[in-house]
Amino acid sequence: MVEEMDRLGVRSLGLVALMSVFMGAVITLQTSTNIDAAWIPKYVVGFTARQSIILEFSPTIISLILAGKVGSNIAAEIGTMRVNEQIDALDIMGINSASYLILPKIVAAMLIFPFLIVISMFLGIFGGWVVSILTGVVGPEDFIQGLQWDFDPYTVTYALIKTVVFAFIITSVSAYHGYFTKGGALEVGRSSTTAVVFSSIVILIANYLLTQILLI
Amino acid sequence: MIEVRSVSKRFGEVQVLRDISTRFEKGVVNQVIGKSGSGKSVLAKCIVGLHRPDEGDVLYDGRSFLEMGLEAKREVRKEIGMLFQSSALFDSMSVMENVMFPMRMFSDMKLDEMLERARFCLERVQIIGKDHLFPAELSGGMQKRVGIARAIAMQPKYLFCDEPNSGLDPQTAILIDNLIKELTEEFNTTTIVITHDMNSVIETGQNIVFLHQGRKWWQGGRKELLNSDNPELNAFIFASDMMRYAKRAMTS
Repeated sequence: MVEEMDRLGVRSLGLVALMSVFMGAVITLQTSTNIDAAWIPKYVVGFTARQSIILEFSPTIISLILAGKVGSNIAAEIGTMRVNEQIDALDIMGINSASYLILPKIVAAMLIFPFLIVISMFLGIFGGWVVSILTGVVGPEDFIQGLQWDFDPYTVTYALIKTVVFAFIITSVSAYHGYFTKGGALEVGRSSTTAVVFSSIVILIANYLLTQILLI
Repeated sequence: MIEVRSVSKRFGEVQVLRDISTRFEKGVVNQVIGKSGSGKSVLAKCIVGLHRPDEGDVLYDGRSFLEMGLEAKREVRKEIGMLFQSSALFDSMSVMENVMFPMRMFSDMKLDEMLERARFCLERVQIIGKDHLFPAELSGGMQKRVGIARAIAMQPKYLFCDEPNSGLDPQTAILIDNLIKELTEEFNTTTIVITHDMNSVIETGQNIVFLHQGRKWWQGGRKELLNSDNPELNAFIFASDMMRYAKRAMTS
């Protein structure tokens, strides 16, 4: 389990950090360039960046990125085990191969992904703050004021609930496609691609449903 | 002893096995031979329970495998060792971890005991000093030998080998054949080898079952094999000049 958490989560930290810092910076820049009316206070840039990052960017976009990285990895790993008869070997030994191979991945992802997303939130906001200092499009004080303005902790809870659901979708959909791979190396590649496509589609649908259920 | 009773298996429109009945004896190397697509691997998978036959039954020492509950099947599977065509070693585990895997899953042995048993099995297949290597770092022949070591780790009553010497050089193939024969006699296992390697059949086959078009076409020992007048069997066995030469040499 710990090994799976390391493979699925900790080893994705670099990608998540890089994405988050730059996306946070870009969100801040775009928001500030689109708010040019004099009557809108500058701190709205920080507020908008915070809301965008917590509500959508970190839980959903990072999960879609993870569907590509982690999902393809899971489908390829399990698919290779299938075509190389390693899953047959487990079955013949009397081991429930699906449970032995898939369950630890699902549980590990559901435990470690929320940590990644919280880190992504902090780094995204950090990226926005750095760009506010470097470019001056919004003053750092205004940015920080916006971050603190009208903060509802429930938005973080909502984001984390979404993350746990997305973690389940990524691992289970990818593992399913890997487990039922038939053929050889070409089919393993196909399973991997299909796993990413299906995971992404299911994440988008789940994102809409969860938002309607939890926020509206 | 394993008994196969009237086993048939179909995949969609294709009838792969037709009413196959045979017995695989204990303490001897039983071989299932036949052309590619004749149903050898499907028969093996039906016997070990990876495929469920459409009709018929498989008996392990008189116990019907198909009528068993899940727990009883699990107990029988603990008594099965299998060497796969691709070796099927777990890529993420070292040689030692692969051999210890069945013991970790199914025995109450302490770590020291597991290590000792795994070392014994590896020495038995002449793999020494490679404990820490991963499957990708081993040659095909070594992978096969580690696969055998893993298969015998739990002292199985039934040993299955699917194309054990495919893709190996002749010397390594003979080494693997002899190893399977020695282990069968040493541990008194019911061994079933799926093969189309005639060298292996002539060297180690004791009870040979020939499948043709999904049916059991012929069964017998090595001597009967060489003297059979079954045309399909002869066409299969003596397809190469070398085998025809070997037959002339052995019969003259």
